[in-house]
Amino acid sequence: MVAHLIRLKLALLRNGLRRSPWQVVGLAFAALYGLGIVVIACAGLIALAFVPVAEVTVALTLAGAAAVVGWWVVPLVASGVDATLDPRRFVTFAVPRRQLLLGLGLAGVVGVPGAVTTLLALGTVVSWFRGPATVLAALVGALLGVATCVVGARAWTTLLAGLVGSRRFREGAGVLLVIPLMLLGPLLSGIAAVVADGAQALPGIARTLAWTPLGAPWAIPGDVATGAWGSALVRTLLAAATVGGLAVVWSFALTRSLESPPATRGAAARTRGLGLIGRLPGTPTGAVAARCLVYWVRDPRYAASLVIVPLLPVLLHFVGSPGGAVMLAVAPLSAFLMGWSISADVAYDGTAFWLQVSSAVSGRADRAGRVVAAAVISVPLTLALAVGSVWWTDRWDALLAVLGMSIGILLTALGLSSVVSARFLYPVPQSGQSPFSSSTGGSGVNLLTQLVGWTVLTLLVLPELVVGVLAIVRGDAGLGLATLAVGLVLGAVLLVAGVLLGARLFDRRGPELMQQVVAMA
Amino acid sequence: MSTPPSPPPDPAERRSDGAALSTGAASASTPAGRAAPALALRGLWKRFGDNVAVAGVDLDVPAGSFFGLVGPNGAGKTTTLSMATGLLRPDAGAVWVHGRPLWADPTAAKRMLGVLPDGVRLFDRLTGAQLITYAGLLRGMDRATVTERTQDLLRALDLAADADKLVVDYSAGMTKKVALASALIHAPRLLVLDEPFEAVDPVSATNIRSILHSYVATGGTVIVSSHVMDLVERMCDHVAVVAQGRVLAAGTVADVRGGLSLEDRFVELVGGRGTGEGLAWLRT
Repeated sequence: MVAHLIRLKLALLRNGLRRSPWQVVGLAFAALYGLGIVVIACAGLIALAFVPVAEVTVALTLAGAAAVVGWWVVPLVASGVDATLDPRRFVTFAVPRRQLLLGLGLAGVVGVPGAVTTLLALGTVVSWFRGPATVLAALVGALLGVATCVVGARAWTTLLAGLVGSRRFREGAGVLLVIPLMLLGPLLSGIAAVVADGAQALPGIARTLAWTPLGAPWAIPGDVATGAWGSALVRTLLAAATVGGLAVVWSFALTRSLESPPATRGAAARTRGLGLIGRLPGTPTGAVAARCLVYWVRDPRYAASLVIVPLLPVLLHFVGSPGGAVMLAVAPLSAFLMGWSISADVAYDGTAFWLQVSSAVSGRADRAGRVVAAAVISVPLTLALAVGSVWWTDRWDALLAVLGMSIGILLTALGLSSVVSARFLYPVPQSGQSPFSSSTGGSGVNLLTQLVGWTVLTLLVLPELVVGVLAIVRGDAGLGLATLAVGLVLGAVLLVAGVLLGARLFDRRGPELMQQVVAMA
Repeated sequence: MSTPPSPPPDPAERRSDGAALSTGAASASTPAGRAAPALALRGLWKRFGDNVAVAGVDLDVPAGSFFGLVGPNGAGKTTTLSMATGLLRPDAGAVWVHGRPLWADPTAAKRMLGVLPDGVRLFDRLTGAQLITYAGLLRGMDRATVTERTQDLLRALDLAADADKLVVDYSAGMTKKVALASALIHAPRLLVLDEPFEAVDPVSATNIRSILHSYVATGGTVIVSSHVMDLVERMCDHVAVVAQGRVLAAGTVADVRGGLSLEDRFVELVGGRGTGEGLAWLRT
């Protein structure tokens, strides 16, 4: 059974690659990236073999804890993470729970991130090549560490997928998504402490982490090397208990999601009358805008794409020096992300897109409606963030520059998204699926499209970016006004151009888009 | 599939094909002429990879007919109907809706078309009333007409009580009905319904049938695909049998039947009847 699940995962990966050459490019891209990390990190691990025990412990504990945090948090934040073996697909097969968990857990190691983590964890054995006892301890630590990563990732995603998929959540409490992310706060304050105290703080942090589930498995060999058998034993027990505890959480969440699939849970929601569709103008453009706005409110996938926005100020606060000008980047960055968020709009429609094709709605009405909906959400947010960041940093002289950059970026991003969503479809979670899941083998293409799109977007907004940064650095009011002018004019021109080009693509390629969304469903 | 994947005609040939038809074949497309069939398909081809789903379908659906499209699973019914309604671009071939070339002038042809596709989602985060209204507004209709027709459709399809419920919470049959309402809102001249009765309860099915019958009686044309022979035999006046991407027989139900029941005739045409033996272990 366990071997079956791993074979299934490999088969899914292989078949996904057969579907389109872009999937191969995506995987090659991911593999190359992974390989780069492995080579560099392996060199580091080998070098650590010649370093005093105390420092090796600090370095490996910190790196290991970072890996665990990455495994736990990234699947919650990024939608490009693999959820190929959705446990719900196994509902009708009588697979014993224990074997299902073991199989899914091991299958989680198959794939680029799993392989890289496993290789590097086993690489720590080289760093601890100082006698049979430490080697054995390093091996045990590595296995426990990898298990903490993989089982933890599964546990948290399964647990939160239930939360995210539930009706109550879907009905507008998209903000709930932010709560697990707020856990990042303590971690970030730790990083801030390092920035403040320099490298002196590292051993202290490592010592603390070594007594938490995050760092315990990676610190075991250090104890053995120094002969601290007692703490080695305690840490081993702690790490093992963590894995066990996570497995229990996962098993519980799995049972819950299998027995009560979120799709059918909860009372049916009702809306009196027509809501927004009755209120916006009764034109095709108005209808599309109203429909998209309803989705922004009701569809957790849209909420998930906004989740990073409230987090940005927190992140930047810890990255920059206190009260520093870095905070002024909040509004432009949010504008960038929010404008880009409709770049997958057609893919988000899924096969429901047939209504657009079959009603022969003009490309202009469709593109414009989607832009209007996104603008209704993002323009007030961007303006508020711009003014807020200026207030926070007390740099009122930079207000015009920040506004210019933010508006320019937002308009440009909306224009570019209008083109991208009519031309390049990448797999996204289907309606009703967890916003954190992703389709088979899609993450590579996903990554590639976004990377290219972001590069193009950055190039397009370069003018207002350069003028704006100059204005802020020099504190020049004239340049600030120039930024606002450039941002407004260039942004408006690019937005119109993007909508028109996107409309032409939409009119010409409607059936092709339809075929693509059907193929991805 | 046994059909050899012969190459589809190139676009130039396709055009001449279409031109020849509009002058040659008497029954086919004289543009906007009164005699033009509601739907005319000529040489439709579609291939997915190595798999030829539709291999040269020619079909005339007379205006004012209640037309049944029957065929075994995987016969290419859905693919044919997708190409006939502008949802899937054919590799080759042409489609006319009341004399208007669908793929050359999609906007005009789609205005006359009402479509109920099978196996696709709806914008299911809208309520039933919202979805029907959305479909109407999307077609550029004015709000007053849309509002009035939405209420009529909700009543006629027994959805009035669930008008304010999200479509995602609808049962399969209700979903079919709300999709049908979205297809009817702009009063199309030709209705193309892919498996409209699947999962619909008998009472609703009867209601839908009577709506469709009165629609045909007032000059509309309906095409339904189904694999329930009995239903097609009772409901439709014309029928086409499709298998392996080709039309095996088409015409009035009486002609196609030729004295047999439609089901027997279908099995005779399509073949592949098993012996009914071979699952000896399937006993309790």
